[in-house]
Amino acid sequence: MEYTIELNKKQFESIENILKEELIDLGVQTVLLIDLAGNILVNLDDGKSDIDIYSLAALAAGNFGAVSAMAKVIGESDFSLLFHKGEKESIHFSKINEDLLLLTIFGKDVSLGFLRLKTAEAMRKILEII
Amino acid sequence: MALINPKKKEVQVKIVYYGPGRGGKTTNLEYINKKFKERIKGEMTTVKTYGDRTLFFDFLPVDIGKIKGYDIKVQFYTVPGQVKYNATRKLVLRGVDGIVFVADSLVVRRKMNILSLQNLNENLSSFNRRIFDVPIVLQYNKRDMEKEGIPLLSVETLENDLNKQLKAPSFVASALTGQNVVTTMKKAISLTVASLQKKLELGG
Ligand SMILES: Nc1nc2c(ncn2[C@@H]2O[C@H](COP(=O)(O)OP(=O)(O)OP(=O)(O)O)[C@@H](O)[C@H]2O)c(=O)[nH]1
Ligand SMILES: [Mg+2]
Repeated sequence: MEYTIELNKKQFESIENILKEELIDLGVQTVLLIDLAGNILVNLDDGKSDIDIYSLAALAAGNFGAVSAMAKVIGESDFSLLFHKGEKESIHFSKINEDLLLLTIFGKDVSLGFLRLKTAEAMRKILEII
Repeated sequence: MALINPKKKEVQVKIVYYGPGRGGKTTNLEYINKKFKERIKGEMTTVKTYGDRTLFFDFLPVDIGKIKGYDIKVQFYTVPGQVKYNATRKLVLRGVDGIVFVADSLVVRRKMNILSLQNLNENLSSFNRRIFDVPIVLQYNKRDMEKEGIPLLSVETLENDLNKQLKAPSFVASALTGQNVVTTMKKAISLTVASLQKKLELGG
């Protein structure tokens, strides 16, 4: 069953704070919290970023949906995590729950291992709020 | 479904152009993109296969201004119309708030229109939604081809085939010349936003 994510102002604020403390302060360039319909719940960046986040969210949701469908085809229930590595920037996705994805864009100065740790921590805290 | 952000006072609404392959969905968005260039911040994003067929979707975000103090951001999508792409079509339909069904007026496309509408119904059901509960507008596209002597379905036939039960607003149009493209879009937006009004009054 599909549902609308309904969060109040305070929940939005708390989630922004978590993402800022865990990820932006770590040196991540952009953090997007999106739903699988492609809507953006939260977007934060380091102030230096100038990307088209709406298109990115639409593509990310579609991409994640496609990968989940692929998982089902091969008999996995899901792939909970995706990573695309680029020359300068990389994108990391993780699935928070049935409807939400956390997407981070980061450069070479952030280590993937540390990012994963911090992402997991942020996700745990967000799940306590929603 | 629409995402309401009371903190930013922003609403994101998803309107999907649905319909048979080659019916003119992408052409509708291309026209809107050109016409409202100044209101569109991002680029139109398209995921296409060889030729100009849509493989996954087209995406176009448009800011339409404020309603009840909320910034309304409409996200237009098209689905791939080709029958074989149903898995991706379903993904695009996820969380839809409003639909424009673009039917092809060519006589030879009659069956494809009907099948595509049935497919829409089935795909909505897979999300436990009913076609009657989603704001929808029908567009009978390619009317300009009449001039070239190409046989078109009459509006009565199209209404009878597609709109007998839905009783949705419908428009004849030409995505190529732009006839009624904006009218169709505006109707879809107003129906969709009206369905959210109650929520906006309560929330915030
Ligand atoms: N004459 C005429 N041609 C049109 C019209 N609308 C679309 N076409 C043409 O029909 C072809 C298919 O149009 P598209 O907009 O790509 O169709 P689509 O519905 O996006 O097709 P898929 O992506 O395969 O689902 C293109 O060559 C368009 O130029 C119209 O109103 N009149
Ligand atoms: Mg197309």
